Amino acid sequence: MASYTYTPTPDQGAKAGVLAYLVISAVVLLLMMLFGLLMRMEQAQFISIGGLWFYKLLTLHGAGMVGIVALAGAAVMWHFLGQYVQLTQGIFMANLVLFLTGVVMILGSVLVGDFHAGWTFLFPLPGTSMGLWSQGAAASFMGGLLVIGVGFVLLHLDIARAIIKRYGGLGRGLGWPQLFGPDDGNAPPPAVVASTMVTIVNLIGLVVGASILVMMLVNLYVPTFEIDALLAKGMIYFFGHVFINAVIYMAVIAVYEILPRYTQRPWKSNKVFLASWTASTIMVMFIFPHHLLMDYAFPKWFLIMGHIIGYLNTFPILIVTGYGAMMIVYRSGIRWDMCSRLLFVSLFGWAVGAMPAFIDGTITVNYVMHNTLWVPGHFHTYLILGMVAMVFGFMYYLGKPDENAKDSPIDVAAFWGFVIGTMGFTMSFLYGGKEGAARRYAEHLPNWVPYDRLGSIFAMLLIASVLVFIFRFLGRLGLARRDYQRASLARSMAT
Amino acid sequence: MQETAWMVSLVLMLLITFGVIFVAINSDKRQEDYGPLVKSAYGFRTKLFWAVALVFLPAMIFNLMDLPYDVSRAAGKGAPQVINVTGHMWYWEMDRDEVSVGQPVEIHITSADVNHGFGIYDPSLRLVAQAQAMPGYTNVIRHTFDKEGTYRVLCMEYCGVAHHNMMTEIKVGKS
Repeated sequence: MASYTYTPTPDQGAKAGVLAYLVISAVVLLLMMLFGLLMRMEQAQFISIGGLWFYKLLTLHGAGMVGIVALAGAAVMWHFLGQYVQLTQGIFMANLVLFLTGVVMILGSVLVGDFHAGWTFLFPLPGTSMGLWSQGAAASFMGGLLVIGVGFVLLHLDIARAIIKRYGGLGRGLGWPQLFGPDDGNAPPPAVVASTMVTIVNLIGLVVGASILVMMLVNLYVPTFEIDALLAKGMIYFFGHVFINAVIYMAVIAVYEILPRYTQRPWKSNKVFLASWTASTIMVMFIFPHHLLMDYAFPKWFLIMGHIIGYLNTFPILIVTGYGAMMIVYRSGIRWDMCSRLLFVSLFGWAVGAMPAFIDGTITVNYVMHNTLWVPGHFHTYLILGMVAMVFGFMYYLGKPDENAKDSPIDVAAFWGFVIGTMGFTMSFLYGGKEGAARRYAEHLPNWVPYDRLGSIFAMLLIASVLVFIFRFLGRLGLARRDYQRASLARSMAT
Repeated sequence: MQETAWMVSLVLMLLITFGVIFVAINSDKRQEDYGPLVKSAYGFRTKLFWAVALVFLPAMIFNLMDLPYDVSRAAGKGAPQVINVTGHMWYWEMDRDEVSVGQPVEIHITSADVNHGFGIYDPSLRLVAQAQAMPGYTNVIRHTFDKEGTYRVLCMEYCGVAHHNMMTEIKVGKS
């Protein structure tokens, strides 16, 4: 008989390393959002920065956002996973040092060397500059990505080591004995299951990403070392898709860990939960062909696989994680504060963004919507209102002065500004995509400009709200390291 | 197709929104005994699973019926009109730019340098077909233009600083 009794877990403050990750994430995230706003305002014809600067910002925004959300997700994962397994602080900090080294190389490449081949560095564009950037600038950008990737490989190897040591293997970390055998109730907690999944997929993704980066670096200096463009594209999208997907699976650990503390209800690693995470482990690695549906040269079965897995991938998000959050909040007497609000809305953001995403992965839809603004429309929804909301929820949790602390009206207003700003911003992308507006265009056709203008205004609201979140977190850094009860008890439990 | 994708997305997004609002509204009063609530929630989840499966899976299969990769898309209506296209940074090289309405067209697309995307917009600026242009490979769009007029071709894959200016036209006239 399953037990639904909640065992209280003490709230722990964050280690200095986690806070360093979060502070850097907050600052860079804000900067990258400002870059994004500048691009949107350029398309809206509110400003005029020119094509070169637009594409330089595009390159920085893409690389910067992917890197920084990975860093923030790693902070969430490391904080909670460290409460179950013995992680190595030195490796965690080495990853940060390598990350910052990579960032300097990328900034130098773009700002000094004028590199602007996009964060996806599609072969052979980085080496085909038409004289607009040097070989060194391209090498610095790809080398920077490589250095960042090496840091994350080290981090994941340490996580894999710790999970194997504590649970006896990665299969056990995914709860396979309980999934495929009798459920003895001893499956690892959700934070461990999620971390295991992320570690498996990211290690594979990063090795593939590093391989193509090394191949392209060699090709840059030794052009006779030829690379097949189709193979390169497949490898880049495999790495890119796995890595950006993994950030959500890292950050969702905050939801698994914190919402039960507010509702005093357990988030169980039962068979359905374990099955969904094992399914996600496989699907995240095989869904990437949905980026390649317009590359007819790939085998047809490969492209159909992307289409099918796109549909199947919605099940774990909607039926397990999204539904699970609804279940523990429903009639829970939860006390809404900034942390619980942001974590709750993050599941909404993830699920709602997944809808236009899987529709985009439908081959016949992709035929007329691939690389339109529909694409940034869906991924900005589940990344901002999903993943980033999880990170801000975690920041509010760490900085909450005490369990009964009330939110200031400014924070509450910022929460609604964040939700409305994000939805307005992303819906303007989606509508622009429906109207055929091409993505990654410095200049838009006159028909598309009204959606750009609307999107810019909502983006300003979103950034203003994020400013409040960040200043509040920075102002409360002193509290974030201490161990004390943060989560408010649900209503009838508190009285 | 774009309208359908938009409407289906809106409906699904609204359904999720209603579900989340319903839960938020019903979160105030606590039901102490979580066990019975879990039991009924799991029952509802099973129904939800089957409801989603019964909608999504047939839709998934139905949408595999008429794929752009199928050679049959250009068959049975006479010999296709062939356009050979090569993408360059930052212009399109085409061996013809006039075709007849109502007759199948095969557009053979490749690239001389980096990745580009060949996107065809109808006179009302609706995207009607596309394929990637890739060095070393040829992708074939099989399309029958059903309206006369001037169709614009835009680059659909980022290819450098003049990506947004990489445009050309296809004129579709009477046969």
